[in-house]
This record gives sequence, structure tokens and C-alpha cells, in this order.
Amino acid sequence: MAALVVVLGWAVWRPRGLPEAVVAVPAALLVIATGAISAHDAGEQARRLGPVIGFLAAVLVLAQLCDDDGLFRACGAWLARAAAGRPQRLLALVFAVAAVTTAVLSLDATVVLLTPVVFATAARLEVRARPHLYACTHLSNSGSLLLPVSNLTNLLAFAASGLSFGRFAGLMALPWLGVIGTEYVVFRRFFAADLAVGGRPVQDGGAPEVPVFTLAVVAATLAGFVLASAAGVNPAWAALAGVVVLGARALAQRRTSVPALARAADAPFLLFVLSLGIVVQAVTGNGLGSALRPLVPAGTSLPALLGVAALAAALANVINNLPAVLILLPLAAPAGPAAILAVLLGVNIGPNLTYTGSLATLLWRRVLRQHGSGPSLWEFTRLGLLTVPAGLAIAVLALWAALHVLGG
Amino acid sequence: MPDTEAATVIWITEGTWQASVDAALRFVQPGAPITLLHVTPAELSDTAHGAYLGLFGRGRPDRDPGPHVAKLAAQSAAGLLDAAAARLGRPAGRIERNGPPEREVVTAVAGAALLIVARDGDRSRLGPKSLGKATRFVVDHAPCPVLVVWPEAAPAVATIPPPPPHPPDPPKPPGPPRP
Repeated sequence: MAALVVVLGWAVWRPRGLPEAVVAVPAALLVIATGAISAHDAGEQARRLGPVIGFLAAVLVLAQLCDDDGLFRACGAWLARAAAGRPQRLLALVFAVAAVTTAVLSLDATVVLLTPVVFATAARLEVRARPHLYACTHLSNSGSLLLPVSNLTNLLAFAASGLSFGRFAGLMALPWLGVIGTEYVVFRRFFAADLAVGGRPVQDGGAPEVPVFTLAVVAATLAGFVLASAAGVNPAWAALAGVVVLGARALAQRRTSVPALARAADAPFLLFVLSLGIVVQAVTGNGLGSALRPLVPAGTSLPALLGVAALAAALANVINNLPAVLILLPLAAPAGPAAILAVLLGVNIGPNLTYTGSLATLLWRRVLRQHGSGPSLWEFTRLGLLTVPAGLAIAVLALWAALHVLGG
Repeated sequence: MPDTEAATVIWITEGTWQASVDAALRFVQPGAPITLLHVTPAELSDTAHGAYLGLFGRGRPDRDPGPHVAKLAAQSAAGLLDAAAARLGRPAGRIERNGPPEREVVTAVAGAALLIVARDGDRSRLGPKSLGKATRFVVDHAPCPVLVVWPEAAPAVATIPPPPPHPPDPPKPPGPPRP
């Protein structure tokens, strides 16, 4: 338990920019050495997490290659033209782009690569950037419901659920649309004043250069996910194929280098995920699991799914969504895929309640750095209070409906 | 930092700054000192930074979009002040600040002769909400006279709804109890 607290604490604190793995890896070795988890069980967990981590690495590199090829730049130019200087229209377009980017290239792509582009677009149109920036932040979480690749939490749940790629997407499509729609309605009202201040259309003509090849490879990779999964092959291979095609082209054109691609895969993060998985398993196997089990509602009735999602959202807010999903998955798995997907709704939508995704991060950051000004913090939390409970309820309802239509 | 003492300060904001500059050209005596003020809301880069903190386990400072957004915001602010100075066409001081806009503006205009702001809220229904939150705060708390201008043509008097029908006389309060 102490190991888990130290690992989570370090990951939240991030002292001097040192990778989280610096503490997580020794902690994982420690729980194995002290016998808190047997070497065999740790090996099992590593074998389970291995493909997930490989998949994650491929998606991270894929997003970086898309950025290198100017996909997000082109996206910004398109947004600027299509919005025609109208803030409400820009917000609708940002919602669409952020939701699709998150779903296809994962939430990291939206936060790291898309957010600055959206800000630059808003500045160029001379519209207030606030609603559009907040939209990116919110949709990086709530827009990550659709596909297994959208979020690391999804990849973990996908591996545990036994669903095919297509079926996962089919069941999550309605909740995804439901929560995005809810966010949009709230945003339009919440930011009515900012959205009422008109901008100006961009003057410079000329269509932006669209990286057609990259878009086509991403589309083919998506199709590959569905086909591979239907054929019983791990869809991570499709992601790897996409990376190989785009990477080879970028290397041939000397737009990137092998070390740059390796950096994009973020090996310390992958190691951190693996170690966290082992530490969490040691902790759940030694009491935390049986302590939490009575709190997880049994069955897949609508109230039970609501309860599971609410619990997951609460836990994600206390300790971050990654450890939350690792802890809850084994508890929800016996009830089947429906309960697993309900956990996902909670851990993916819940983090929008606070602006750093969890209370732990928020409190640490504020204590340590006094970062962020009071009013904006309250503003973000108010927005979270308006969107998260409503979005969560609608998403669970939509999941329940999808399970009935498509068969649980 | 240029002094705002006895100067007319124009609060330059995205989307509405043209109207404020035009108002200065119309109402400020030629030769009187003018200062252009822009405030970048700190919450913009904070939000981007916060979202990155929310990505649990990705502690690589070089990928944090917060500083990136802050840099873009500074460029955008400088561009806006350039455009405003060009439209004004007279010498003017420039102040660029970071923080909560309402508080930065109020503290920046201590001792100013006049502050010009543009109406920036929901103008489809004229009422308290036709001023944005920050503008409302500035109008209420500015330690100097404030000129509020319309970003478009001012509405005609006819747009004011008719007064409500005359309410009946309120009932007289009961008098003191008689002994």
C-alpha cells in the first residue's frame, strides 16, 4: 500500500521533471522482492499489459507522425476558414475536431498537439479563446469514449473485456455522442458572453495544404483495427503497420529521425504504466480489492451501471483515472463487458470535474507551486459540475440502451 | 512601463478593440496622452497546462502545451496592440499584462483620466448580461471615469421595451396596534 502511495505521489508531484518511472520501477521490484506479489503473478500481469503498452506506444508515435506531416497545422487553417469569423461556428467545429482527434489519435494528441493549434486559430480570428481552449480540455476526456485507442484506460479495459474492436466502438458510439452533445449544450450557455463577441474572417485566401497521404494511412489504420480484431489478430499490429508506413516515409523525406520517433513512444511512460500495473495488482491482492468489492454494485441493471460509473468517476477524481481503472477492472470484470464499459464512462468523463483531472494532482500542485489563479480554478470546477454529472448520466443511459439494442 | 497617470486608457480586447479605439479618436482631445492596455487571461495557459497535468504519468516538461500557449498568447497580444496603435494613428503608450483581466485592468488604471471599454456580452437581449463578467467588474470597480462604447451602432431608443403597466398601489402597512 505504501508503495502505491509513493508511486502515485511521485507521479502527481513530478519533482524536477524526472520521469515517473524513476520511482515506479523500483516500487514494482520492491513489491515483488517482498513477496507482496509473486514473481509468477507479476509476470502474468506484465504479459497482460505488454500488448496494451505496445499498442499505446504505436498510437503515440502515429499521432506524432501526423503532427510532423502538418496534419494539425492544416486542421487549424481549415478551422479558421470554415469558422468564417463566427465564434459559435468555431466552437462547433472545435468540438467536432477535438472529438475525432481524441477518438482516433488518443487524448494525448488533443492535449499536446491540437490545443495550441486551436488557440492560435482563435487568436487569428480575434475571437475569445476561452471557450475553444476549454472545449479541447474537456473533450480530451469525454471525447475519449469511442474507440479502444482513444485513451489508455480504454486499452486496458478493451484487453480485459474480450470485446472485438468493432463491437467496443458500436457499444460506445451512443454514449460518446450523448456526452459530447451534453457538453456542447452546456458550453453554448456557459460561454454565451464570450461567444457573442464577433471575430473577423481570415483574409488570406488559398486552400491549406492537406496531408492526404497521412490522412489516408490513418483511415486505413482505423479500418485495420476493425478487420484485425474481427479476424482474431491483435489490432496493435494494425497500429504498428500505420507507424511503419508513415515513419518510413517521414524518414525517407528526412522530416524525422529514429531517435525522435523513439522519443515519441515515450519509453519511461510505458515503463511507468507497467510498474504501476504490478504495484496496483499487489495492493488489490492484499486487501484493497476485498475492501472495495462491496462498494461495486453487482449486475448490469441500469441502477447498477450508474453506480459503477459514479464510483469510477469518484475514484478517478481522488487518485487519477489510470490507477482507478487498474483497481476497478478486476472488480467489474466478473459482471461482464457492460460493467467494464460503465467503469470506463466513469474514469473518462469524471476527470473533467477538476482542471487537472484529479483532486490529488490539484491539491499537490496548488500546495507546491501555488499555480493557477483562484477565479479560473473556480470557473473550471463550475463548468465541471455542470457537465460531468449530466454527461455521466446520459452516457450510462446511452450505454444501457446500446446494450439492449445490440445485445449485452 | 508607461504611466497611466492622467492618461486616457483604452482597454484592447479581442473582437471589440476597434470600437474603443474609434471612441478615443472621437472623444479624446488631440495631444492628450493615450495608453493602450491589453491583458492576457492567465487562465488560458493554465488550462492547457492543467490538461497536461491531467495526463497521468506523462511527466515530460518539453511536451507541456501550457508554455506553448503562453507564447502564442504573447504574440497575439503584441499583434493586437500593433493593430490598435496603427488604427489610432497617434503616439500612445502600451501596457501588456498577464493575469485575471478584471483585476489587472482595475489596478492598471489607478489615476487615469478616463478608461474606454467596449460592451462585450450577449447583446441580443440588452440588460445586465450585455456586459461580459470581466467588463462588468471593471465598470463597477474602476477608480476612474469609464466610457462604455458599443462595438456596433448603438441601439435606437425604440428598442427599449414599453414600461410595465402601472402596478396597483401596495396595501398600506398595518398601523401600530391600538390599545
